[in-house]
Amino acid sequence: MNFAVVKGTSYVLVHTKDMVINNGTTQTTEKAINPDSEYLKKLPNHLRDFDDAVKYLPNQVYIGNNRPEDLKNHPQPWYENPVEGADRFGKLGEIMPEDEFIGLMKIVDAFDLVKLTEEFTKDVRAKLEAHPLIRDDLVARLKTGEDLETIEKLINEEHAEPLLTDGKLVGCVKRAHDVDQNLNAHVLFENLVVKASGVLAGLHLIDKNNINPDEVEYVIECSEEACGDMNQRGGGNFAKSIAELVGFKNATGSDTRGFCAAPTHALIVASSLVQSGAVKNVVVLAGGSTAKLGMNGKSHVEKNMPILEDVIGGFAVLVGENDGVNPILRTDLIGRHTVGTGSSPQAVMGALVTKPLEKAELKITDIDKYSVEMQNPEVTKPAGAGDVPTANYKMIGALGVMRKDLERAQINEFIEKHGMPGWAPTQGHIPSGVPYVGFAREDILENKINRAMIVGKGSLFLGRMTNLFDGVSIIMEKNPGKAEEEKGVSEEEVRKLVAEAMRDFASHLLQD
Amino acid sequence: MDLENQKRVKELTEKYGAENMIVLIGGAEAEAAGLAAETVTAGDPTFAGPLAGVQLGLRVYHAVEPEFKEAVDPDVYDEQIGMMEMVLDVDEIIEEVKSIREEYCKFND
Repeated sequence: MNFAVVKGTSYVLVHTKDMVINNGTTQTTEKAINPDSEYLKKLPNHLRDFDDAVKYLPNQVYIGNNRPEDLKNHPQPWYENPVEGADRFGKLGEIMPEDEFIGLMKIVDAFDLVKLTEEFTKDVRAKLEAHPLIRDDLVARLKTGEDLETIEKLINEEHAEPLLTDGKLVGCVKRAHDVDQNLNAHVLFENLVVKASGVLAGLHLIDKNNINPDEVEYVIECSEEACGDMNQRGGGNFAKSIAELVGFKNATGSDTRGFCAAPTHALIVASSLVQSGAVKNVVVLAGGSTAKLGMNGKSHVEKNMPILEDVIGGFAVLVGENDGVNPILRTDLIGRHTVGTGSSPQAVMGALVTKPLEKAELKITDIDKYSVEMQNPEVTKPAGAGDVPTANYKMIGALGVMRKDLERAQINEFIEKHGMPGWAPTQGHIPSGVPYVGFAREDILENKINRAMIVGKGSLFLGRMTNLFDGVSIIMEKNPGKAEEEKGVSEEEVRKLVAEAMRDFASHLLQD
Repeated sequence: MDLENQKRVKELTEKYGAENMIVLIGGAEAEAAGLAAETVTAGDPTFAGPLAGVQLGLRVYHAVEPEFKEAVDPDVYDEQIGMMEMVLDVDEIIEEVKSIREEYCKFND
């Protein structure tokens, strides 16, 4: 089979200190039900500055400057042991500060919904002009800005969502309809955040992988937001809106949803589209979520830690035709949690991990690295949610014991060898399987590993439509070499075959 | 514990009576399991949900506790929970949930 390949990846973070306070749902809920709470009073003292977020090792791993295994050797807690000399720009992306990101939100706004003050516009224009990837045509979309009074009036009288950075009001996002809740300022704010961070990931994908944007024919967006109006709440299409600004002018696209599992679903769809020959290059991408900022903030404050959920995540992956070099995506070895699978962890992991291995007659240990839910454990452990990647590796190891691929005493060794510490921000779809795709490509190209399994899992019950769990997986594997050529049959060969058949037939007649 | 689940536990208890309720939890961490157990016995410790200040004192067990394990078909248990039993820190979970139950459960059985 002529499998599709992973041609490139990018990973971006945006440090959004003020959005933690103003837009994270843990904080907005607290403001609504308990406005004078101790937590809200203490919160500002627990927020990190941009430089601290840049020097935070898990963030440096996310943008590709450090490797996942560096986490094992770095003293913990990571937030107390900064990476000195860390750069905001990375091998696979960047960490963008909040002010530049608010500028980017204005840039990606197609309906004049984002209003920024004149002073801030001037300031941020200079910064974005200096940004290596924000093209002149994008900077020009900042326009000149509004006076502060107009912005305050929109906030106070028309329910606009304020935009703050460094505690200062610098703009707002207007509502797009007086009555429609799907077009209110809050929803549009979240949608513009996911769009802007998706655009940033797309720009880095082109830059970091030497890609010709004109060759991209399809974009799949796989975040957890929905855009539409009251007549079609999730109508879409983030993918095309992002493609427009990134500059994928020959692409169309669509949105794929599935909670945290969506990126892996999207990888499977993308590789199938390419393998079928429908299109040659598909970009899978997603921006991040402000709602999840500071999600575990109460636990972090209680344990006197900084709020570590202060970044929005984004990523992009280019899936292209087999070039005989880049790692292939084994669409014949897909793990699927089906309706009939059942929801016990055992059934889930069996469907996602062991079933595709059985088909390929592979052992659990034949997969060199498993990329599961790669949440940063420093974020989840203080909140009582444990170390999510390690819990997943233990489950995979336990399945291996049940399959007799390894001894029970070897589980820890298995985790050490086939697992990794988590580094991704707890942004739902962002940590799910995809954070390792970039490293996997690198490791496979450098012959460090042969196979990686990308696993995405999603909690569908949150949408209240089904109690079913969901998940899918796909194996990335070393390219066996030259892509298979299409075996066409020439006219001459056809003549030869027909002649042979006639001769054969004639000889039979003679014999009779 | 999830606010919606707190609401469901509260409503079911009002409907059927505390003596007829058993809450079975499956949290993967001792701390989270303990918090859930505390919520349905002593009340929501985070004071955020419908069970804040409501002491239901319900019988509460974790799926890995012997009381539950012995009450179900061993084959089904193995199929559904066998792997997780290998993965979870079972002793820590049992200790946590048991201590909450002994302290706050209204039923001594």
